[in-house]
Amino acid sequence: MKKLLLTGILLSGLLFPLSEPLSAEPFHHKVDSLLISTTDHKKFKILQQDFKSGPEVTKACLTCHTEASKQLHRTRHWTWDVPMKKGDRLGKKNVVNNFCISVEGNEPRCTSCHIGYNWKDKNFNFKSEENVDCLACHDMTGTYKKLPAGAGHPAYQTTVFEKKTFPKVDLSFVAQRVGHPDRHNCGICHFEGGGADAVKHGDLDNSLLKPDRELDVHMAIGKKELNMTCADCHKTEGHQVPGSRYTPEAHDTHGFDYPLADNNPATCSSCHGLKPHKKLKKLNDHVARVACQTCHIPFIAKERPTKMWWDWSKAGKFDKNGKEITIKDSSGCILYVSKKGEFRWAKNVAPEYSWFNGEMNYTTFKTIIDDRKVVSVNHPDGAANDPLSRIWPFKVHRGMQPYDPVLKRFVKPIVYGPKGSGAYWSDFNWDKSIRKGMENAGLEYSGKYAFVETEMYWPISHMVSPKEKSLSCRECHSRSGRLQNLSGFYLMGRDTNPFVEYFGLLAISGSLIGVIIHSIIRYFTVKKLKKAGGK
Amino acid sequence: MKKIYLYARFQRFWHWTQFLIISVLLLTGLEVHGLYNLMGYENAFRIHNISGWGLLGLIFIAFFWYITTGDFRQYLTEGNLVEKIWMQVRYYMIGIFKHEPHPFKKNEISRLNPLQRITYLMLTLVGLPSQIIFGFIYFYFNELVALGMNPAWMEPIALIHTLLAYLLIAFVIMHVYMTTTGHTLTSNIKAMITGWEEVDE
Repeated sequence: MKKLLLTGILLSGLLFPLSEPLSAEPFHHKVDSLLISTTDHKKFKILQQDFKSGPEVTKACLTCHTEASKQLHRTRHWTWDVPMKKGDRLGKKNVVNNFCISVEGNEPRCTSCHIGYNWKDKNFNFKSEENVDCLACHDMTGTYKKLPAGAGHPAYQTTVFEKKTFPKVDLSFVAQRVGHPDRHNCGICHFEGGGADAVKHGDLDNSLLKPDRELDVHMAIGKKELNMTCADCHKTEGHQVPGSRYTPEAHDTHGFDYPLADNNPATCSSCHGLKPHKKLKKLNDHVARVACQTCHIPFIAKERPTKMWWDWSKAGKFDKNGKEITIKDSSGCILYVSKKGEFRWAKNVAPEYSWFNGEMNYTTFKTIIDDRKVVSVNHPDGAANDPLSRIWPFKVHRGMQPYDPVLKRFVKPIVYGPKGSGAYWSDFNWDKSIRKGMENAGLEYSGKYAFVETEMYWPISHMVSPKEKSLSCRECHSRSGRLQNLSGFYLMGRDTNPFVEYFGLLAISGSLIGVIIHSIIRYFTVKKLKKAGGK
Repeated sequence: MKKIYLYARFQRFWHWTQFLIISVLLLTGLEVHGLYNLMGYENAFRIHNISGWGLLGLIFIAFFWYITTGDFRQYLTEGNLVEKIWMQVRYYMIGIFKHEPHPFKKNEISRLNPLQRITYLMLTLVGLPSQIIFGFIYFYFNELVALGMNPAWMEPIALIHTLLAYLLIAFVIMHVYMTTTGHTLTSNIKAMITGWEEVDE
């Protein structure tokens, strides 16, 4: 018997190391370039010319990739326009946001992140094939940069914009060195959304170019790390990039995408399945109601501060000499700038949580808003009793932005433009910039403006921590944990019923007191009896 | 005064194992409920679940033992139960203070008084089984919802489980106190350890 026991212990000791997680093999195996592509773009005569502009390069690309632009025309990256179920239109082109408020009217500035050339105003030709920008996503040299206010064009001449120098791009050099998009290509827009690094998303910034595994376990670079890039999850076919924030999938019920795929390869379950926890199987009970991101992305903006508050109402103050003011904190984050108003930032913060079923409710420029309370620019749909909903983490960006207090609608100010154009950043006159913006968009404006507090929800999916850094149970299963504001369901460790607690207390304390009283009486009566008995 | 053999080896094993498991269940359960931080939620949760299985197993073994040995008869009563229970209650309320003798004598054939009989029978047949059942419904909640159970039952099930736990604590307090009402303060506990109890002749 003892021998058997000993063998058992020895055996389990031998097995233990085997049950440890295997170290991550690099996701991208190093192979020579010949095994990646059958084409060397340097050898194409048509790419060896001296290109004068981006559209000229595109024309050259289209001579071989004949249908490419037609494919791109069907992407959100091109249209910035997403039809909504109720008939409204979403997409970058149409939505209200509480950063720079609206694309329309500010095109030349905003469209520096458009995958095209020449989107200067509302007359942009969305049918143009040569205006598709191939290089923004396929440049492998890192030398192709769109000008911040160039309507999508790179610097054809060396240009200085807001004290930054943009050297003349060598289009021929770039065109001969194209490849599959990597994190630099996606990041140049998606890491710097909102105008600068880390501003917008909270889970996407330039720290993801070279992250360690603490920051992002999938994208971590280095030996034995996974080294995954954006397109490894946002697996693209025919230029259609899956995993859009406008059509989110809050609850993948399909699971593994291999061998049979669903239409969204970017969900966690596409690779991890629907029962991802192998050791602590009971954790899988969460999968139906809690998004993976909720526990596995415990903090957002882990390395670089993200913007949490933008108060446009404070904009337009100047110093004694009438010069624009810029105030920065010790870490270099801008706290105030005359053009934009007041900012607040946060680094390595817990996200906020909400039930989410994949439907985002958007306030459009046509929606009548209730200005007596904080207006949700967008709000995740979902509830505890909706089986499709799961608890999701969000970065909530708050701020004050202009609206029309008479018509109770958001307004579209023009912020970017030359002096005299009415653009707020040049003329600092809200009424004029709103009037111009609304006129340009063909929207009604009462002539009065005010500022209303708004909030905007950004679902969090990136910067996944290693599993040992995921949320511990107590973060949620406790009286004042991370989920204390979510209602409509019973959460173990958080919720109590006053009747049960008081009745329980009464039963326990009642029996304790009863027992004590009983024992005291016993003690004294027995003493008395003993005395009387003369013992 | 004489010594009689009241508790068989299995009964003592069963009693103390049950005591141990229930103590662990209460300790871990109340931690999971959020009343204190002792061993950490993860550990409390895991130990609670394992102990739940342990209690279920133990109860099955006990049922098997009581049925096969016929000892379950110790928990049955005959005659006017209300009157007998009242006699016992009256003893604890009044008689005990007057140093009256116990209304029911303990012997090998009848080691439990009517109040004990009904209490332990109810505890073993109703109290613990319902606590275990509610616990297991809670444990297998996802699976049961998949089979068609209303997910809104989560809260009532959890609340009943909590309430029963509190009542169990109240029971344990009274139960432990009652052990001091034997021939001497510790004679009952000694009996549950050795099997032999000193009783009045």
